[in-house]
Amino acid sequence: MSTMTLDDLRRILVACAGEDDGTDVSGDILDSSFEDLGYDSLALMESAARIKQEFGVDLSDDDVADIDTPRALLDLVNGRVSPAAVAS
Amino acid sequence: MSSTENTRTRTVVTGVAVAAPGGLGTDEWWKSALTGRSGISAITRFDTDRFPSRLAGQILDFEAGDHLPSRLLPQTDVSTRYALAAADRALADAGVTPETLPDYDMGVVTANALGGFDFTHREFSKLWSQGPEFVSVYESFAWFYAVNTGQISIRNSMRGPSAALVAEQAGGLDAIGHACRTVRHGTKLVLSGGVDSALDPWGWASQLAGGLVSTDPDPARAYRPFDADASGYVPGEGGAILIVEDAASARERSARTVYGEIAGYAATFDPKPGSGRPPGLRRAAELALEDAGLAPGDVDVVFADAAGVPALDRAEAEAISGLFGARGVPVTAPKALTGRMYAGGGPVDVVTALLAIRDGVVPPTPGTGDVPEEYGLDLVRGEPRELPVSTALVLARGRWGFNSAVVLTAATD
Repeated sequence: MSTMTLDDLRRILVACAGEDDGTDVSGDILDSSFEDLGYDSLALMESAARIKQEFGVDLSDDDVADIDTPRALLDLVNGRVSPAAVAS
Repeated sequence: MSSTENTRTRTVVTGVAVAAPGGLGTDEWWKSALTGRSGISAITRFDTDRFPSRLAGQILDFEAGDHLPSRLLPQTDVSTRYALAAADRALADAGVTPETLPDYDMGVVTANALGGFDFTHREFSKLWSQGPEFVSVYESFAWFYAVNTGQISIRNSMRGPSAALVAEQAGGLDAIGHACRTVRHGTKLVLSGGVDSALDPWGWASQLAGGLVSTDPDPARAYRPFDADASGYVPGEGGAILIVEDAASARERSARTVYGEIAGYAATFDPKPGSGRPPGLRRAAELALEDAGLAPGDVDVVFADAAGVPALDRAEAEAISGLFGARGVPVTAPKALTGRMYAGGGPVDVVTALLAIRDGVVPPTPGTGDVPEEYGLDLVRGEPRELPVSTALVLARGRWGFNSAVVLTAATD
């Protein structure tokens, strides 16, 4: 694997924290806020743990607290994909 | 609070929901209680070959996804899923929505004795086999005794005075008692009750460690409270949630059903073993009656704690016959159908007693055959007993000395 796609992120969010009843994560959510999508800080921490397992990118609690949107999260992760993870 | 204060806030029950083995939903449970349909069966959640006890009261027809949004599933233990679903149904039964009252006029008080064993067991398994980074962040609260109160509060925007009580099998009655106290102190509505579940291998081992669980393999014989051959209890899972309200406030919002009044509550603690002083159960019953301003002669039926352990059955029989006289009051233990549900047992008994008041019928204690004469108990057995019930006493004991009692009366208006 090399980079994390929006579909990867959708899959991880739903696996880690379910889906909010009133929100459709299948649409164009790149610039929606995680808050509007129904994902709180714990949901993002849980997703960050899964991102580390799959993509080898270690997001700190501070990183998670500062990220507002899927686009920001993808940019951060894909800017830091480790050589080891890319190689695998 | 003194029973002579006739200005005291009265607390009534306006909504109920049961999640019990053999009875998912209040009507289903009531049908089971009256017809003697047992929820006890061989454990299906895991392989019990290496355990000496293999029976439990299991809820077999609950699909979490049918009751809860997917957002809540990754963060909840099975016990919390039952609690949230029961809370939804109790609120619907009472006709309460988050808009009914201001957030701070609605509180949540639940009891829990076992925490989230099943959830934690899975996370421990990940910890040992995959590493700490695989442990769910939701483990931080999903295991905890207060989680049912917290999740119910968040889901329903109930931000009034809230609490979680832990007193083993007596805790469910303590929660209802504390809910009344909270109403008396000015909160208009309190969601209360208790739910427990720990039917995973680790939870099961912890329950067996107490040494009181029956090893009889026959589902019809394993848990027979007050029987001369009682051999222990069968654990169960589940519980009940009740909506407890200030009677005046319930009237003001035209609550559609008033199941009855919670007229009295008390809790005591047993003296140190070897002290020579009697256990505290009778005193809890006396204090609860005093709190209600009632006398033993006013009580129409007693829902017993019904440990199913001979020494504990004898102690409870002595407390009841000492207070009411030999065979002085009908006694029943429908919980023999569900197994002992820890913090869930007392609240289910409270709901069952309210339904007995509503319908004028006392469900029997199933399975129990020969009750020792010296117990002095008029145990309702075999068939339901029809009789007008206007006052019921519910008893519960928790391991290591907890005793609690709740007095319920028919609604007066």
